[in-house]
Amino acid sequence: MSKSERVAGTVANYVDERTGAAKWLKKNLNKVFPDHWSFMLGEIALYSFIILLLTGTFLTFWYDPSMQEVEYEGSYQPLSGLKMSAAYASTLHISFDIRGGLLMRQIHHWAALLFMVAIVVHLLRVFFTGAFRKPREFNWILGIGLLTLGIVEGFLGYSLPDDLLSGTGIRIAEAIIQAIPVVGSYLAYFVFGGPFPGEVFIPRIYTVHILLLPGIFLALITAHLMLVWYQKHTQYPGPGRTEKNVVGYPLMPVYMAKAGGFFFIVFGFTAFLGAVASINPIWLFGPYTPAQITAGSQPDWYMGWLDGLVRMAPPLETHAFGHTISWNILIPALIIPGILFTGMALYPFIESWMTGDKREHHLLDRPRNAPNRTALGAMSLTFVLVTLLNGGNDLLATHFGLTINQIMWFSRIGVLVLPPIAFVITKRICLSLQRSDRELVLHGKETGRLVMLPHGEFIEIHEELSPEKKWTLTAHEQLPPLEIAQENQAGVRNPKGLRAKLQQYASKSHQEQIEKPSAKDVLELGDGRH
Amino acid sequence: MTSDNQSNEIAPLTDPGIPAHLHRKSDLDPKAAKKAERQVGILFIISALGTILFIYSYTFMSEKIFIFLPVLGNSNAKQLFLGLGMAISLFFIGMGAVHWAKTLMPDNEVVAQRHELRSEEVDREDFVKTVKEGAAAAGLGRRSIIKRTLGVALGLSGLTPLLLLRDLGPLPKDDFSKTSWEAGTRLVTDPGDRPIKPSDLEIGAVAQVLPELPAGKERKLEDIGKDAVLLIRIRPAEFQLDAERLSWTHEGIIAFSKICSHMGCAVALYEQTTKHLLCPCHQSTYDVTRAAKVIFGPSARPLPQLALALDAEGYLVAKQPFTEPVGPSFWERDSS
Repeated sequence: MSKSERVAGTVANYVDERTGAAKWLKKNLNKVFPDHWSFMLGEIALYSFIILLLTGTFLTFWYDPSMQEVEYEGSYQPLSGLKMSAAYASTLHISFDIRGGLLMRQIHHWAALLFMVAIVVHLLRVFFTGAFRKPREFNWILGIGLLTLGIVEGFLGYSLPDDLLSGTGIRIAEAIIQAIPVVGSYLAYFVFGGPFPGEVFIPRIYTVHILLLPGIFLALITAHLMLVWYQKHTQYPGPGRTEKNVVGYPLMPVYMAKAGGFFFIVFGFTAFLGAVASINPIWLFGPYTPAQITAGSQPDWYMGWLDGLVRMAPPLETHAFGHTISWNILIPALIIPGILFTGMALYPFIESWMTGDKREHHLLDRPRNAPNRTALGAMSLTFVLVTLLNGGNDLLATHFGLTINQIMWFSRIGVLVLPPIAFVITKRICLSLQRSDRELVLHGKETGRLVMLPHGEFIEIHEELSPEKKWTLTAHEQLPPLEIAQENQAGVRNPKGLRAKLQQYASKSHQEQIEKPSAKDVLELGDGRH
Repeated sequence: MTSDNQSNEIAPLTDPGIPAHLHRKSDLDPKAAKKAERQVGILFIISALGTILFIYSYTFMSEKIFIFLPVLGNSNAKQLFLGLGMAISLFFIGMGAVHWAKTLMPDNEVVAQRHELRSEEVDREDFVKTVKEGAAAAGLGRRSIIKRTLGVALGLSGLTPLLLLRDLGPLPKDDFSKTSWEAGTRLVTDPGDRPIKPSDLEIGAVAQVLPELPAGKERKLEDIGKDAVLLIRIRPAEFQLDAERLSWTHEGIIAFSKICSHMGCAVALYEQTTKHLLCPCHQSTYDVTRAAKVIFGPSARPLPQLALALDAEGYLVAKQPFTEPVGPSFWERDSS
């Protein structure tokens, strides 16, 4: 026994005799995780969160969450002597007078953007592969919660420097609160402690940004990860992979090294961005005052779709009985996002209603093998992309020589017309890919090698797929659509009426498939493949 | 996938099972393994060099050096090398660890079994029984007084935190409808606080103004947020206003609230040739010649117009307060 082994043994013994953890640890250190690049997306989100905690803590040491007016005396000459809030002045102080302060600020901001990108791409991966199906519905909902909180947390952080750009963002948020019927003006006064901007907003959102929301994040992330752990990770279909097993590598040592190493890679990557790519140069914007603004005002990307929706809203207001309802704010800023996020959270249940499938699923779908789901996803993505584009309509206009009017009308029409088109096209593409899989399994791969037969005929050689590849392409199951009786034998209509009809229709649409090749199909073709 | 959960009756292809393990070069050849070990070592050394670069930049580098980088432009050298040092130091620890795992740690795929999450039937029944027995023992169903009073107590206690939040802010009263502008308030420049004569503005000029402060009062951001006014001068013949609104202008000078009637941003972009005002936040566009009528974008209302007059000394003043609330809409706003 080497010395290090002896030390390890002593430590393990010490811990176990006090906690009895040996059995649990043994089991969990050998826990098997399947390997795939797309499983690292959630990891990136987790690591960005840790980076945010570390860099954020650093920033709190100098940031002063106060709207007290001060005169700037720091080393950035162009703003010297200007009146500004203590929050803005301390952010300048961090940027110019603390060594590495600007670097930390930039890493913090880049990590926040990366956090949101990773969450969204992870969500898309989970959606398109059907990883949200039973038993993982809870985790899907936790994920939607994390996404929502991430948007709020990002927006609040963006607001803290109290520069002209971020103040404009808060002004818009205030207008949204103010637009809520009946209680809007009261809510706005409670949030801002009186008229906008007041002097309490920055310290309030500071508490929310660094204490309340990170606390909730920690709790939700812990629950999210514990569920992944407990339910075991999903895996892609392939030879030897079934609904009953997990094929992969053990946590110790492979994943400890890979995941631990990956954390450093992500941290290094954000540090690189923070070093070379300037982000949110607040000293160029100046302190906030409600009467000024910068042209090309842009929120961070995860708010861009919301802003784009607001920009394309038609100018609708209802004036009646001495009251005003601003549909041009309520619909794009509250109602549509509400519908989107509720729909997203409920999707696992909607799909299980459409398919009637209540079983556990641990094997992932290849997106083409769930054409209807993939098409729904593409449809939603198209919607959000059009709104995101419109969120940058001013920049698009100046960069591509278009007018704002052209882009706005394109978006207003496009946001309604393009998503259904995306649905139809995606579904067709999925079915075509299924057809091509079928061809591959039955007739093999085209090699491009032409051979002349003795009697003069030319044929192209098709190379048979390996049994592993064939299995991967055919391992998915194809459920028939539900058969819902619309009336019973006595001719009595189904009491669920319209709902039953809708479910029948949805189920048919969802189970539209190209029949996958069976063992019999393969056998019948025999060697006659060409 | 086994055939029992295969819902269609067509027999699937057979699962060939996990493919045979392919050994890596470093598994078979001790030389290759040694080489991989050296590679990992080099990666870790690069990381250490990154940390040294970081320490050097932090301690010795001057803050005044700027270097030009293509694409990125002028960068502060200290900030750049601090960041690069940190990036190298972290990134290559990660690269080393991953390379180690990929080349030298076991790469045999392992199979673990899953178990259905659902508990055994016996446990489920026991659980239901426990809950039922527990509920029966508490007797909530039978003791209706307890049930009702508990409901009342819990419901009421929920009001405490709500009520505690009440002092977050004052009540709005009619604040949203009021500004500091009153009949006779002088328009003053912002910045500078100088009163303005019509002759100060040439045709085509635009200026941001605020109401003159009464002596001893300090201007707060929240006042500016409602009081900011944009003063624009055009040729009087270009106005297409009704008689009342025309009487609110003075020799081609017209004044509008600068706070966007959509979401409260500053309507700061004035296009001289078209006489359009544009809000950069959501591109609501107002036509100055037609009393700031909305000609494009999401805003539903014109910018409120401020009636202008001259005082005895010839300075521009407000003839009267705004006749409607400025800024974004709110529930109590009477827009009829």
